[in-house]
Amino acid sequence: MADKNITVEIVTPERVVFSEPVDFVVVPGVEGYLGILPMHAPIVSGINNGIIKVITGGAQTKISTSGGFLEVNNDKVVILAETAERDDEIDVIRAKAARERAEQRLANRTADIDVARAELALRRALIRLKAVGQD
Amino acid sequence: MATARDLRRRIKSIKSTQQITNAMKMVAAAKLRKAQERVIAARPFAGKIGEVLVRLITSSLEIIHPLLQVREPKNVCYVLISADRGLCGGYNANILRMNAGLLHDKPGSLVIVGRKGRDFFRRRGFDIKSEFVGLGDDIPFRVAKEIGQTLVDYYVKGIFDEVYLVFTEFKSAMTQKATTMKLLPVEPPKEGEKAAPVDYIYEPNLDELLAELLPKYIETTIYRALLESKASEQGARMTAMSSATNNASDIIDRLTLSLNRARQAAITKEISEIVGGANALD
Repeated sequence: MADKNITVEIVTPERVVFSEPVDFVVVPGVEGYLGILPMHAPIVSGINNGIIKVITGGAQTKISTSGGFLEVNNDKVVILAETAERDDEIDVIRAKAARERAEQRLANRTADIDVARAELALRRALIRLKAVGQD
Repeated sequence: MATARDLRRRIKSIKSTQQITNAMKMVAAAKLRKAQERVIAARPFAGKIGEVLVRLITSSLEIIHPLLQVREPKNVCYVLISADRGLCGGYNANILRMNAGLLHDKPGSLVIVGRKGRDFFRRRGFDIKSEFVGLGDDIPFRVAKEIGQTLVDYYVKGIFDEVYLVFTEFKSAMTQKATTMKLLPVEPPKEGEKAAPVDYIYEPNLDELLAELLPKYIETTIYRALLESKASEQGARMTAMSSATNNASDIIDRLTLSLNRARQAAITKEISEIVGGANALD
């Protein structure tokens, strides 16, 4: 078991974000977080927005995502995400600005503000910031 | 016979046209490279989502989903992907001709991407259900998402019974091919031989997963068609502008030759006049 690992591929419509053999991956599934180790049973699951954690030999990479699908089969994990960004790619300044904008919108609500949209924007910004540890 | 002044003026005008076509050629070449990269970058996702869908469908016994439902095709819809701008050779003409042919065989309504297609069919009074124009050169995925959602919505409501995608397939910078593809009802891609069914765990459950996956599959297919069409457009423009630049060179050469001839003829005439005048004095 010790020398076995799983291949994780994180793909968005616009590009391949991550494709490497890893030891362990944690994914925000629709029914709660899923930790996937080698020899996992085949599964297809939806993914919520959140952070995917990939662990390879003690090193950890965080990838923020806004939801999609996960398929595990034969020690291959395929994550089809709408958007995904590795922690070293996230634009912290932009995410902070987005958080402030969304918070302001929610703080002084007026009739013409789409609350659901602002909440979603806020959640996205928070996830990005959490992935880089700046929340 | 054109005078030397006229010829000079024409040469100048053709030279400035040539400069424009040459610049457009270079811009199109740069954009083509970018568009090609995007097509390549989008391939893994499209491939993977197809694979997952095939495995899901082969692994489950019975699937009932509105987007898989085949109905009698009474109302057909064509999703036409054309360009916003012209000056790209036969690109728009080819795709428009193809769509006009399809409409002739099996009348239906239209969902149009691109100004050229919209103007063409609007002028002829066809039924355009929705239009997407001015998308620019870097098409983001959310455009495909929007188009996909519109189509799914119409399909589920029964406004369309069959949806075809009419776009230009990118073969190479020199060749592009107008193609048609059935988008709805979804016909899952065939993955060579059918793989052995896998006993999956579904979270939350198969129906909900399909309800998410199928629209996404449609959006991805549309996205791919958009990217391929964009690359084709740039390729067609590059080729067209390259031959326009060459043609301009040919015309300039020809005109320069006539200009030199006219100038020489004028000089010869002048000399013979002087000689003639001198002879007359003797």
